Amino acid sequence: MTATPDGMPSGESNKFVYNTSAENGKPLTTHQWYDGTQHPWEFKRVWHLEPSLTDPDAVYAGVEDAALFRSTDGAQTWHELSGLRGHGSGPRWQPGAGGMCLHTILLDPNHPDRIFIAISAAGAFRTDDAGKTWKPINRGLKSNTIPDGSAEVGHCVHRIAMHRSRPDVLFMQKHWDVMRSDNGGESWQEVSGNLPTDFGFPIDVHAHEPETVYVVPIKSDSEHYPPDGKLRVYRSKTGGNEWEALTKGLPQSNCYVNVLRDAMAVDSLDSCGVYFGTTGGQVYASADAGDNWAPIVRDLPAVLSVEVQTLQ
Amino acid sequence: MIRVILPAHLRTLARIDDELKIDINAPVTQRSILDAIEEQYPMLRGTIRDHVTKQRRPFLRFFACAEDLSHESPDAPLPDAIASGAEPFFIIGAIAGG
Repeated sequence: MTATPDGMPSGESNKFVYNTSAENGKPLTTHQWYDGTQHPWEFKRVWHLEPSLTDPDAVYAGVEDAALFRSTDGAQTWHELSGLRGHGSGPRWQPGAGGMCLHTILLDPNHPDRIFIAISAAGAFRTDDAGKTWKPINRGLKSNTIPDGSAEVGHCVHRIAMHRSRPDVLFMQKHWDVMRSDNGGESWQEVSGNLPTDFGFPIDVHAHEPETVYVVPIKSDSEHYPPDGKLRVYRSKTGGNEWEALTKGLPQSNCYVNVLRDAMAVDSLDSCGVYFGTTGGQVYASADAGDNWAPIVRDLPAVLSVEVQTLQ
Repeated sequence: MIRVILPAHLRTLARIDDELKIDINAPVTQRSILDAIEEQYPMLRGTIRDHVTKQRRPFLRFFACAEDLSHESPDAPLPDAIASGAEPFFIIGAIAGG
């Protein structure tokens, strides 16, 4: 990384190349570009911040181009956990339409050294040694948008979610397909079941019911709006496969918004609250686990991220 | 009989549901396949490669027998398995849309 004497990334804009040769300044690491050529690894933006579960001064940042950074001093300084890009498959990672983003960071409450991350379009990865080494965890994913549909890497994972009481169980919304793993990502099986379409972006888990999962089906990868113009959250109470449409309070005609991957959250109240934001600038909330919805904000720019804080 | 698999959106444009089958004379190359596709499906002209320069569109890639041939010469002979129809010639779009 090009860095200032105190270790911060240098550059006149927020775009910089991670690794450059000391001799000639040329990039040392590359990933795959849309056309299949190799492209320097450049920082463009932060996609997701994930606070440590135990240390109030520690926070992780998932960024584009895909990399994981950590700060242990309240975000004053950042250091890359470079073992992820050093995994060796990096030259085969490629950007999705949104860019090559590391968008999901899940910290395992039972195993402090275990972290799950997901990248579009590389797939899901796990470390069991606090970020020193990583392994791809994509067995069982099938993607007909890449040459080898069951490849080790290259899958366009859109989001992963877990319930803190059961961190070995993961739920995934992929480019197409909703998936589930019961073994910390070692293998995945599809649980799309009766969804009207299994394309979508966010996925989340009920705060108190680890088998209750939420997704927002979107028509297709080229038509980013709900099927039939009806904004419907789908809930499974069986950990997938059997899904019910949640529609009360949501527009059921002429609705052509998208719900982006980081734009859904749940709260920890007794009756779990569920929240999501749209590219049309609305934020919808349900105080009863999705049975009834109401808009709580409107006319925002496209909502990229929704987070919940419960005030005592 | 050459078998070609198109991205979903181009299948929609060409109004075909499955893989595309074309007959061409040797040599079987990227160029001869694309010439035949554009002859048979005029609506695809300009979608896979530029109308004028015939350069591959940057968001599309060509694969055959698990090899990325996108950056090979369009006039290089393709593997026998493609020429015989044992393996399809893949035209794959970048993961654009998610």
